[in-house]
Amino acid sequence: MSNRGFPAVAVLNPPLPARHDDVISGVTSSVSRLFNGFFEWFGSLGIFSWQVLRAAVTPPYEWRELIRQLDEVGSKSLPLVAMAGAAIGVIISLEARYSLTRFGAKSMFPATLVYSVIQIMGPVITGLVVSGRVGAGMGAELASMKVTEQIDAIEASAINPYRLLAATRILACILMLPLLTLATDACALLTGWFAQTLVEPLSFHQFIASGFSGSTFNAFMPQTFKTAVYGLIIGLIACFQGMRTRGGAAGVGRAATNSVVLASLFLILADVVLVKFILVFFP
Amino acid sequence: MATTYDIATKQAAPKQGSPVPVIAVENLYKSFAGHKVLNGVTLRVNQGETLAVLGRSGTGKSVLLRLIIGLETPDSGSISIHGQNILGLALDRMGAIRKKMGFLFQQSALYDSLTVQENVAFPLEHHRRDMSRSERSDRVRQLLAEVGMEGDLEKMPSDISGGMQKRVGLARALALEPEILLLDEPTAGLDPISSGEIDELILKLQRERRMASVVVTHDLHSAKTIAGHLALLNEGDVVIEGTFDDLQHSDIEFVKEFLQQS
Repeated sequence: MSNRGFPAVAVLNPPLPARHDDVISGVTSSVSRLFNGFFEWFGSLGIFSWQVLRAAVTPPYEWRELIRQLDEVGSKSLPLVAMAGAAIGVIISLEARYSLTRFGAKSMFPATLVYSVIQIMGPVITGLVVSGRVGAGMGAELASMKVTEQIDAIEASAINPYRLLAATRILACILMLPLLTLATDACALLTGWFAQTLVEPLSFHQFIASGFSGSTFNAFMPQTFKTAVYGLIIGLIACFQGMRTRGGAAGVGRAATNSVVLASLFLILADVVLVKFILVFFP
Repeated sequence: MATTYDIATKQAAPKQGSPVPVIAVENLYKSFAGHKVLNGVTLRVNQGETLAVLGRSGTGKSVLLRLIIGLETPDSGSISIHGQNILGLALDRMGAIRKKMGFLFQQSALYDSLTVQENVAFPLEHHRRDMSRSERSDRVRQLLAEVGMEGDLEKMPSDISGGMQKRVGLARALALEPEILLLDEPTAGLDPISSGEIDELILKLQRERRMASVVVTHDLHSAKTIAGHLALLNEGDVVIEGTFDDLQHSDIEFVKEFLQQS
């Protein structure tokens, strides 16, 4: 047998053909790990939610921390959602006027703007903006407290951290999201009307009267108050990700990122269910 | 083979009707991800006693403290505080036990968004709602004066040194007038002068308050100064327990080596 011209190592250790069984078992174990991680995450979230719920409904109540969190989530997010709302109002106004003029339905402009803002864009934009600001902030704050043992110190001081840290933040998100949505809607309608007025004068009274004509409570309120569910999702995910953090500064970064990404994702997924629910129960 | 004693048996056989130990840890096992950290630890601490738990890094000393205060759950064994088994207690019921305990964390774990005085006031605000604002403020000042920090009330934790953070952590641990004091490496990372000051402070508190204390440390000098009894851990088990003299006269190879290296 002649091996001349070939590297010795290739002769001594010829490459082994990939075994079919090895590949299959590798894929199976990866998939199994993925599924385990997926179910473990949801299981831990379920346990965390139960602990927060139990802490939230039993005294002593942390009123002072709740008020601090209402300010943190509400007042401090207001400028951001107002600006986002203002931008959305102008965009919808420009797009709607162009499309409606094209199809000869210009008189429908106020109703289209009101419907688009209140039914669709306002709640989702508010949810996503708050998810970015509050979700990242809460996730990073709690994660930082976790890795520096401050949450352990709270627990060691005989204070329930689920009550003090998680329940107050989640409740603040639930209460503040609908109010922030109203602020987004108001800003969007105002700038939408203003953008229209610059092109074609229309009194604000006329705009509102025309926009809301034929609308009922059922048309708008559920869309606004569904954002309480968004608040629950944002608060719960951010607190959960923050309070289970491990691994120093890198862990804090991961917790902040995961809080925003997961909260935004679950918020959009929840919207699919909520829209269907509202269409069925508030036709 | 590791020799395990407990303080009660080391001193004298417990007489009938003798007081229940404040802290009783029996056959404690704990592992993390398959790695055994504690391997059947048994310890007892009575009222007014200070036990120093010594050992190399990673031998489960801090884990032992976290188990005693309920921040971790053991794989098996039992932990009793004043005769009450604390394992499996709900968070709020465990809270009632924790009010009797003060815990000084290794890195102090001060709340970084609160000032020095707000840190010390924190447990009082949550558990002493009967106190007026001025009473609470007086109490905080008194606690901070006890640890020599009365001049730094408005400073943030990030603005004070490691030794000062330990003092504030100690004041916070004492806020609820605990019957048990758990100290995790109180002198770690401090210069010899600051270490000596912290040791003096702990001794002074023990004389005045007569708490049951467990001090985790790898600083033999500090342990000798503040604790009447010492327990040496190795590979998750108590190798020897007794006075400093007992350790010095021990024939156990690991004890000799530890004393030589310290």
